[in-house]
Amino acid sequence: MTDTLESLLGEAQGALDAAKSSEALRAWELQFLGKKGRVIEAVRSVGTMPKEERAAYGKRANEIKVALEAAYAEREESIKAAELAQNLEAGEIDVTLPGRPVNRGGLHPSTHTLRDFYRIWSTMGFQVYHSREVEDDDTNFTLLNFPPHHPAREMQDTIFTTKPNVILRTHTSPGQIRGMRELGENGTKPIRIILPGMCYRYEQITARSEVQFNQVEGLCIGKNIHMTDLKGTIAEFAKAMFGPQAKVRFRASYFPFTEPSMEVDVECFLCGGQGCRVCKYAGWLEIAGSGMVHPVVLQNGGYDPKAWSGFAFGMGPERITMLKHGINDIRYFWANDLRFLEQF
Amino acid sequence: MRVPLSWLKEYVDIEIPAELLAEKLTAAGLEVAHLDYLGVPQTMVEGLRYPKSDHLVWDNQRILLGKILEVMPHPNADRLVLAQVEIGGGVIEQCVTGAPNLFEFKGAGLLSSPLWTAFAAEGAEVWDGHSDEPKRMILKEKPLRGIPNRSMVCSEKELGLSGEHEGIILMREQPHDASGKPFAPGTPLSEVLGDIVLEIEFTPNLARAISIYGVARETAAILDKELRPPPFDVLMEGATIDGKVTVTITEPELNPRFTFALLENTTVKPSPEWMQRRLTLVGQRPINNLVDVTNYITFEIGQPLHAFDYDKLKARAGGKAPHIITRLPKPGETLLTLDGQNRVLDAHNILVCDEEGVLGLGGVMGGSDSEIDENTKTVLLEAAGWNFINVRRTMMTQKLHTEAGYRFSRGVHPSQALLGVMRGIELMRVTGGGTVAKEIYDNYPLPPETVVVKLPTSEIFRILGVKMSAHEAQNLLRRGGFLVEAQGDVLHVEVPDWRMDIGTGVIGEADLVEEIARIYGYDAIPDTIIADEMPPQWANAKFQREEAIRDALAALGLREIVSYRFTAPEREALLTAPGMPSVLPEGAYVTLANPISPEKSVLRKSILTGLLEAARLNARYAERQFTFEIGAVYLEHAGQDLPDEPRRLGLLITGKRNDPAWMGTDSGAMDFYDLKGILEDLFKALHLSGVTYSRAMEGSFHPGRSAQVNVNGKTLGVFGEIHPQVAAAFELEGAVLAADFDLAAVISVMNELYTAQPLPLTPAVQQDVALVVKEETTNAEVEAVIRKAGGQLLKAAQLFDVYRGDPVPMGFKSMAYSVTYQTDERTLTEAEANKIREKIVKLAERELGAALRG
Ligand SMILES: [Zn+2]
Repeated sequence: MTDTLESLLGEAQGALDAAKSSEALRAWELQFLGKKGRVIEAVRSVGTMPKEERAAYGKRANEIKVALEAAYAEREESIKAAELAQNLEAGEIDVTLPGRPVNRGGLHPSTHTLRDFYRIWSTMGFQVYHSREVEDDDTNFTLLNFPPHHPAREMQDTIFTTKPNVILRTHTSPGQIRGMRELGENGTKPIRIILPGMCYRYEQITARSEVQFNQVEGLCIGKNIHMTDLKGTIAEFAKAMFGPQAKVRFRASYFPFTEPSMEVDVECFLCGGQGCRVCKYAGWLEIAGSGMVHPVVLQNGGYDPKAWSGFAFGMGPERITMLKHGINDIRYFWANDLRFLEQF
Repeated sequence: MRVPLSWLKEYVDIEIPAELLAEKLTAAGLEVAHLDYLGVPQTMVEGLRYPKSDHLVWDNQRILLGKILEVMPHPNADRLVLAQVEIGGGVIEQCVTGAPNLFEFKGAGLLSSPLWTAFAAEGAEVWDGHSDEPKRMILKEKPLRGIPNRSMVCSEKELGLSGEHEGIILMREQPHDASGKPFAPGTPLSEVLGDIVLEIEFTPNLARAISIYGVARETAAILDKELRPPPFDVLMEGATIDGKVTVTITEPELNPRFTFALLENTTVKPSPEWMQRRLTLVGQRPINNLVDVTNYITFEIGQPLHAFDYDKLKARAGGKAPHIITRLPKPGETLLTLDGQNRVLDAHNILVCDEEGVLGLGGVMGGSDSEIDENTKTVLLEAAGWNFINVRRTMMTQKLHTEAGYRFSRGVHPSQALLGVMRGIELMRVTGGGTVAKEIYDNYPLPPETVVVKLPTSEIFRILGVKMSAHEAQNLLRRGGFLVEAQGDVLHVEVPDWRMDIGTGVIGEADLVEEIARIYGYDAIPDTIIADEMPPQWANAKFQREEAIRDALAALGLREIVSYRFTAPEREALLTAPGMPSVLPEGAYVTLANPISPEKSVLRKSILTGLLEAARLNARYAERQFTFEIGAVYLEHAGQDLPDEPRRLGLLITGKRNDPAWMGTDSGAMDFYDLKGILEDLFKALHLSGVTYSRAMEGSFHPGRSAQVNVNGKTLGVFGEIHPQVAAAFELEGAVLAADFDLAAVISVMNELYTAQPLPLTPAVQQDVALVVKEETTNAEVEAVIRKAGGQLLKAAQLFDVYRGDPVPMGFKSMAYSVTYQTDERTLTEAEANKIREKIVKLAERELGAALRG
């Protein structure tokens, strides 16, 4: 009976030599060494042998099994090595082909800048406060120390509604009045807020002017708030926004709701203050209007101007976005052209 | 306003370069927008940056003051002459020129009074007078029609003074310096005509500075220099003005002062060179000495004047002394103003009238009836004070802008009227001759009270954060012209009468603190970090959740857009498919009274219009779009003045599912389920639970392909395929998928405190169940049955296939679910799973009439 064993061994060895791939090898294993493989069956069949042949048959069957297992392992290793070599050699692809497209969304450029503002101002304790966009004339102007027909109103061309005294806010400053009245608890609590949102002016839409634009107003009210704090705080903001080297300067200006009032310039971050086209060779870029809150405004917000003081500032996210990214046409912001928006 | 440095220097010494002066004025709130260089070089100041000017700098060796002695005819050309120009040191140069303004002197021999001009010698650089584009050229020897010629007499254009090239610069009087010393022939022209003009922009609080003298006053304060006022003396040699004119002021609040001076037996003629030159420099065209003086005073000290022809007024009064009345209009009254317009007057327009009728709009513009002209012999010169608010109102309602109105509407103190009328009448006398009547007629019913403010020095620290002694603050205010007396730590400040911008009480204190800071210099004020108490910080969940929604949408591949808040009712009407009830909220629009264009006439009530319009624009080059917008809509609310401004969230996707790619992608057109997939993921990202979908009926959407989203009985909004007729109305092709959500509703169901699930302790068992159900059976119904039958052990049921066709009978469909069972209590066996599966099938048979697909 060992003859059958010997011929099985010969057959198995021949088939193993013929197996050239992992698949063929696996098939071979199944055929000979698997649970129901012929070699295993042969080993198992020792019990069916006549008693006298059992020992020799069993021994030989086991020898064959062990030998074939070793041969299999050896063969497996060499096939794997050959296949790896082939994979490395033949697996070369064109790495310059484009990747599989991914659907990338993103936020509007103004949102990005608004978020920079939120983040920076929140580290200084300024929280976001939203105020309405359709306003009454009183809150937008009169309570902010722009009396009716005052020439200061010329600075802000207004869009009126057909309802008397109802206008679209020309700036976020009316939110100062609403914020003070809502949060100040009758002029007894300090305030630090920023007021972001859309404002409206009666302007022709051109590369430089828009009928709607975002503004971010800041308001800080306390019993010990000085102009030195305003300067220091704005300087901190500029460093956080434009980098640690950013320098600011303050120029006297006029807003009816602050006094002293000042424009804030930051040293041009595009040319390092050396002068370039964007800063009109002045080395400075105007980024904000600011000032100490006017006593009339404090009063209208419920505060005693003899005991309380404060500062306010306003900046335009679109303008700053334009400066940062070299955008020369403000009309891009609301035109919703994906070719523009997808750059952010 | 244009401020020539040469004129400014008449009132204040300026030893620093104009560029540095511009910087200092700008820092103090007088923004110098531009420097206009006339012949003189730009100075580069260390530490300052400004654009390099490309103006022509006059060569001091070659561009000189020339004295034309004689104008001889050209022997070979009628249209050319030979000007004999003395250029100093006895040198006479002959210039061949075609300047038409020399022709009247041709062949007249030696001129009895020589002409003064701008002379350029060979080698000088000038602008090419014949070129339309600015082009420089160097003068070279070149004979003209046979006569040698190497130099020239120049036009304003050739020297960069203006675009004027009709004739050469001609002065009939010998020019002189500020001290009156005449310039000799051959003086470098830059000393004679060279100048720098500062273009200053004034904020509305700077009314006091809208004149050359006003700027000088600010300059003197900033540079701490002495101020030299112009002379206000008048030689009055005529009979008294008393009885020659009377003025009745009916509205002293609107017209607090009215003054007149009278000049008799004068002659109208051209103004002197120096006055013409100054007016030209500030942008005024010289006309004659009377008109020019009124303009000159307006620009010099900021007090507008008005000159009447006295004889015309007298004639209107029937030969009697004119009686001037300032009053409000009678109903229906009109006025023909100098600009030729016949104006219907508004009730608030204060008028200058006589008994015959209206003569002018007070403070803004005169009428044509009583105007001076070239034959005027007797001038009645008016200087008045007007209420600035009322003048501005008149300018706005009459849509009329004048130099006088500009100044009066910003605020001119009535004290200035007297100075203006005196300075004006004297200049008219000096330039035109005649006799000034004794005394000024002065009707001043309402002199403003002198403003006095008590300023404690502690207030300076409280506002500025700078400790300042009374003495130091006093000095700063004095530089600004305030009369200041320190009493201990309190400054008693008297406000000078040219300022109307300083209030009283607590406002006056703030106004003075600003003045102190401005003169002290904002840059000198140090920076500090806020030491004051930090207000309590509150959680702003609404705001944070809105930002979280933005982030989630961007992460899902959507691009944020921001549309105009303006639209037109006709545009928004397109959102409702024909025959459907309007999708727009009820109530009126917030309608603009002065829209910038008809398509921006109201504020939007829906967020979808902007998204659809953006889709239309982008469809031209984008094959697929994924956009969203978050923002307010505006709804009038009955009984409320101001509208509600609820915020909405809109989404829109359209076009191909994927970008085409070389390896092949699914680039079919997106449908309802693409948007639903995005929304499901969005709701997952926002941790909404209990989201249900039901069929929607909204006029913007396809009735069969739209759904309403609810969470715990609260409606979040609608989404689906835009109704084909609505899409067509917005010129969109193919399926457009959109969503319109109530942002507050979404925010209200968001939950940051969701519970994280522990990982399972035992393996799950997964099986597939395919059920054949009636066509109208919904996924929601089948899923509900599976969940009910699956009980506690069922962890998930995921639809993975819907099949229609053989062998599934018509009117039925097969829905295949992958169902997962798991419990942490034990490892489930196949047998247990099979049991549940049987339960599911049984329940489906009973409740849905379903059959297990074989
Ligand atoms: Zn720059």
